[in-house]
Amino acid sequence: MTQFGNEVRTALMVWRRELIRFTRSPARVITGFVQPILLLFVLGYGLGKLVPGYQQFIFPGAVAMNVITTAIFSGVSIVWDREFGFLREMLVAPVSRSSILAGKVLGGAVVATLQGCLILVLAPVVGVSLGFVAILQFLGGALLMAVSLTAFGVFVASRMKKIDGFQAVMQFLLFPMIFLSGSQFPLQDVPLWLAALNRLDPLTYAVDPLRRILLDPANLAPDLATLSQRSQVQFFGETIPMWSEFVAMALFAALFFGLAVLSFRKAEQ
Amino acid sequence: MAPKSADALRVPVASLQRRAPDVAQPVIVDVRGLGKTFKKGVRAVDGVHLQVRKGEIFAFLGPNGAGKSTTIKMLCTLLRPTDGKASIAGFDIETSPREVRRRIGLVFQERTLDDQLTAEQNLRFHAVLYGVPKREVEERITRVLAVVGLTNRRSDRVSKYSGGMARRLEIARALLHTPDILFLDEPTVGLDPQTRARMWADVRRLRDEQGVTVFMTTHYMDEAEYADRIAIIDHGRIVALDTPARLKAQVGLDKVLLSTADDAKAAAALAKKGMTAEATAKGLVLKVPDGEAAVARIVGAAGTGVRNVSVHKPSLDDVFMHFTGHEIRPEGAQDGAMARAWMASTRGR
Ligand SMILES: Nc1ncnc2c1ncn2[C@@H]1O[C@H](COP(=O)(O)OP(=O)(O)O)[C@@H](O)[C@H]1O
Ligand SMILES: [Mg+2]
Repeated sequence: MTQFGNEVRTALMVWRRELIRFTRSPARVITGFVQPILLLFVLGYGLGKLVPGYQQFIFPGAVAMNVITTAIFSGVSIVWDREFGFLREMLVAPVSRSSILAGKVLGGAVVATLQGCLILVLAPVVGVSLGFVAILQFLGGALLMAVSLTAFGVFVASRMKKIDGFQAVMQFLLFPMIFLSGSQFPLQDVPLWLAALNRLDPLTYAVDPLRRILLDPANLAPDLATLSQRSQVQFFGETIPMWSEFVAMALFAALFFGLAVLSFRKAEQ
Repeated sequence: MAPKSADALRVPVASLQRRAPDVAQPVIVDVRGLGKTFKKGVRAVDGVHLQVRKGEIFAFLGPNGAGKSTTIKMLCTLLRPTDGKASIAGFDIETSPREVRRRIGLVFQERTLDDQLTAEQNLRFHAVLYGVPKREVEERITRVLAVVGLTNRRSDRVSKYSGGMARRLEIARALLHTPDILFLDEPTVGLDPQTRARMWADVRRLRDEQGVTVFMTTHYMDEAEYADRIAIIDHGRIVALDTPARLKAQVGLDKVLLSTADDAKAAAALAKKGMTAEATAKGLVLKVPDGEAAVARIVGAAGTGVRNVSVHKPSLDDVFMHFTGHEIRPEGAQDGAMARAWMASTRGR
């Protein structure tokens, strides 16, 4: 067995472990439903009374947020691996850190995508029509987003001593990022400071393409079409192409994966 | 977790055949002046020098905080030494860490299993990490589980395992990639006496049947007795290194403990026969080369009123006291607190 073969096998094995652990905690899937259901049926219904089409509008955002939180959680779960010792078993093996972290990130991202996108089954209830192609596109986009956020989570975890820090991360990083991402409302015609923060938030470029896939203004009722149109990310009055957002996500993923590997090389001997 | 009683495990020790280091065997662990100073200026390991030969069971004996884990971590390439050199199976720990890692099996002081996985899944994971050829994995898993007697718990989740079973599984896992040397850091901490005895039997069998070299640490005196050679470590330094028998011989004489109706009178009577007795709270203590042989003579000389006589051979406790000037650790509930402090200090890294 070549060293390279070993590295690949290792990454796949770490990936498989994430999936096994996922199947071991069905409760996680159920609790994962709480937040999106609140968003869809409480916030969505309530605001839908004031803003026609809002319940449909928020649907992709709710799915995206579900994927985002699950992905970050998957990444940060490496802190548990450390707390319960298993991280050490992985880190003393004669394989490179990057293979282990690659498996962790990819496995965690697949789990987050599966779990996060499960609420797509609620689309008919909310009144969003889903084509087969749109579902595939959505899953692809969600996976890319999940990879970058899991990598981000792993990086954060590498800097975190204890799982207690997770709350702080959620409060200071994740919640602001989610609010600023425009996942719950269009953040285009807003004061400059808010627009600037929105454009600086990486999640903006994760949520926007997903919404564009699910809510193509071309086939929507007028109210919803306007909402959707107005939420598309613009720079200097021009809507940016979807591919550029995917590129941004990929760069974000690569950046944080790289940082996580460096951080683990340095910190854990 | 204090040892229940030193004697609980001592029974089989007498029947053990220890091996003196066989100079025909190659040196497998070669440590020269190894030292570690942590960032905060803590000198955890201070110029350790030792050689372990293939097939030996070598024990590091020392109190909590003596530097045992730090030494093991450096040897296993988990921690960089600040000075000195060491090699495992001929590979330098600093320049060839991967070669070293391939050749060692590790059982840490802290548990490193994935509780959510089954025993078999934990082992498969390990097999991949260590590049065990696919076609051999099945057979090796079967074999290592048999070695530690967990064959019929193979498909159980580790969360259902007892502490002792988990430890044995960790040993099985450490053997999976057929290492030349097994490092066990306090492998029996927190286990009950039966489980400890069983683990020791396993370790010795491994050495006897498979020729595995074992490098282990403990702060239990009675366990060090199982080793072929012991290094006593205190404050990061090795203060003595030899076979248990020779270490005890260095400490010297047997002690005869005598309690009488009137110790002062008995002491005077003994003095007349040229025997020096020291008065202690427990009675009179006499130091003689061969305790059993001297008993009759001592009782005769002490006159009437002898209530109780006992002979004490030097124990490892005495050895420890002799070389370090203190007991292995102040008895008490410190163990847990120190272990927690230690865990907290490692987590951040
Ligand atoms: N990461 C660390 N940073 C600072 N000091 C440490 C660290 N790890 C261990 N020590 C200190 O080094 C000394 C030796 O510790 P250790 O090797 O764990 O002892 P043992 O395993 O013999 O109980 C102790 O004083 C301990 O507090
Ligand atoms: Mg220790």
